[in-house]
Amino acid sequence: MTKKKMMILGDEAIAQAALDAGISGFYAYPGTPSTEIMEYAQASKAAAERNVHRTWSANEKTAVEGALGMSYAGKRSMAMMKHVGLNVAMDPFVNSGVTGANGGCIVTVADDPSMHSSQDEQDSRILAKFALLPIFEPSNQQEAYDMVFDGYELSEKYKTPVLMRVTTRLSHSRSGVELRDPIAPNELKLPENKRQFVLLPALAKKSYRRTLENQKKFMEESENSKWNAYIDAADKSLGIIACGLAFNYLMENFDGVCPYPVVKVCQYPAPKKLIARLASECEKVLVLEEGMPMVEEALRGLLDKDVKVLGRMSGELPRDGELNPNLIAAALGLKETIGKDVPALVAGRPPKLCPGCSHADFYAAYVEAVKDKYGDGHLFGDIGCYTLGALPPFQAVNSCVDMGASITMAKGAADAGMFPACAVIGDSTFTHSGMTGLLDAVIDKANIVVFISDNSTTGMTGGQKSHAEGRLYQIVKGLGVDENHIRVVVPNKANHEEMVKVITEEIEYNGVSVIIPQRECMQTLRRKTKAAKK
Amino acid sequence: MKCDMILAGVGGQGILSIAQIFGYAAVESGLYLKQAEVHGMSQRGGDVQSHFRISDKPIWSDLVPMGKADIIISVEPMESLRYLPWLNPETGWIVTNTNPFINIDNYPNVDELMAELKKQPRCIAIDGDGIAKEVNNARGMNMVIAGAASLFTGLDINIIRKGVEVIFGSKGEEIVKANLAAINAGWEFAEKNSKK
Repeated sequence: MTKKKMMILGDEAIAQAALDAGISGFYAYPGTPSTEIMEYAQASKAAAERNVHRTWSANEKTAVEGALGMSYAGKRSMAMMKHVGLNVAMDPFVNSGVTGANGGCIVTVADDPSMHSSQDEQDSRILAKFALLPIFEPSNQQEAYDMVFDGYELSEKYKTPVLMRVTTRLSHSRSGVELRDPIAPNELKLPENKRQFVLLPALAKKSYRRTLENQKKFMEESENSKWNAYIDAADKSLGIIACGLAFNYLMENFDGVCPYPVVKVCQYPAPKKLIARLASECEKVLVLEEGMPMVEEALRGLLDKDVKVLGRMSGELPRDGELNPNLIAAALGLKETIGKDVPALVAGRPPKLCPGCSHADFYAAYVEAVKDKYGDGHLFGDIGCYTLGALPPFQAVNSCVDMGASITMAKGAADAGMFPACAVIGDSTFTHSGMTGLLDAVIDKANIVVFISDNSTTGMTGGQKSHAEGRLYQIVKGLGVDENHIRVVVPNKANHEEMVKVITEEIEYNGVSVIIPQRECMQTLRRKTKAAKK
Repeated sequence: MKCDMILAGVGGQGILSIAQIFGYAAVESGLYLKQAEVHGMSQRGGDVQSHFRISDKPIWSDLVPMGKADIIISVEPMESLRYLPWLNPETGWIVTNTNPFINIDNYPNVDELMAELKKQPRCIAIDGDGIAKEVNNARGMNMVIAGAASLFTGLDINIIRKGVEVIFGSKGEEIVKANLAAINAGWEFAEKNSKK
């Protein structure tokens, strides 16, 4: 019988593998390039039949905690997020390294080197190392699929969560993946030690020692892993360590046969024995890794001697940005293949708010009420489509740091005496991380105006369900904002004058004001209209 | 055989439906395939591209190396030129729609843009929207471009046609027919204009 083969994205391969490996729950908050893992699980018939948990979480922290709870109950779970989402989830993530797991628990993080759709390009491998967790880093879609099975096995063998690290080019690249026969989900089974997950100091000290003990075993697993390989070759003038996707870019340059010895690294901790052999046999070692120079830095050590190491830190490869076949060719001194230059007349085409977008009507009113009157510099922004308000034509947004930071930064600026101090945040970002900051502002009676630009969806990532669910007014009221200063408006051209008036009034009020411009996202509206026609 | 393509356009123009058709044909022909897509921020009216690779041997990189693409397939004329560094300067073809999608203030002068396209040694510049209308498929520009590009992919046009039938089958016979007409019109245009 021929095996079932599918043409799927790297993200989708991970979801399909988790389903085939008997997962009972996916937990995630949308974030490019990780979103499609959950979307695939949500669309899966098999997941529906088995009633696998696959609804969005409020944020990445609640997602990791949900996955850990499911693991406590003995079942297999996965939490998924983009790299910056892992920052939000660091508390449960790091502590899960100490509690360990019961049922298999995988945290899948999609990094975005080159910041295609992100505010930074941090490397999740470093955070997993910090949390003392084993890491899998597939180099292609098939490996992504197969590694999920191995990830769950390793997780259950050592009772530890594991990190599955992917990057944009694997998450969003499609290729053929051969599927395995599905295996049955775990039965409900509480941890043998009912205090395993209790991190009271006396217990946590023991657990932490167990985690530290495990590190040696994780190294042995890495050294014997089929995902890590020493590929010998005759020319020992150079040895190459190729991590994850970088292995493909290397092989692309040599049509699959590299003249130098290569250590392929797709499971961490990085396999010491294989790397030591490479370093002892070769004159120099070139390290190719997507993201930050984690392996390179470890290899150099503080003293940076004994082994001649080349890579991102010595300039053979750029220090930032994602890798590609050409950058690796250059590092190897191969012939340049770049085609013709882009003609001068080709203009940049940055993303922009869609025609008819409700955020645009809000910005038009804000600009008239505040920017024109008080000048630029008074609007703290957040993460979402509305961040594009920083670009022409509005050029109104003055910050974009992390989820929820608009409200707290506006409060800090107001504390410093800045007037007016305003924040703009979307509905989904508000329920992700904005509510606690608003509570701070209410408690302190901060003089700020918060705009919750409510388009009733998580727009930037493609229109996932928002946790606000049309209840923003009640949430804001519940947090203690004075009802007289919660103003709901419909942002459109006809209401422009009214919006300017409302904004002006609330700026004049000394205290916390929340203005909710509320109108559905054009993208989700279009999709709904289309579906209704069918 | 191998064919490396860059599919180009503006977020929302739907370059991925071209990839879907070629993807079907590649799999049906027993070829390996890798296709890197752009999701996220750029989809909001920014420039988007997809790296699409097919080969009878396993493919390593998800990205087409610069200077190695066999075809740039673009649904927008300026976007076709953005990816010239990827095109093989000796043998690569450009297949592009000639109708500009203008959503920026500094879009180049259209005559100068067309002159730049004319300068390219191997370029099929095709009025995709016009030809789509001629075959009564006003929204079939993508398929006209796909049909024109088919000529250079090394894929069997009959398998591509079958791909259209399979992929659009659920939308009804009318849509399948309209898209096949667009594919055929694009193919014929490219055949006529590639052998000057």
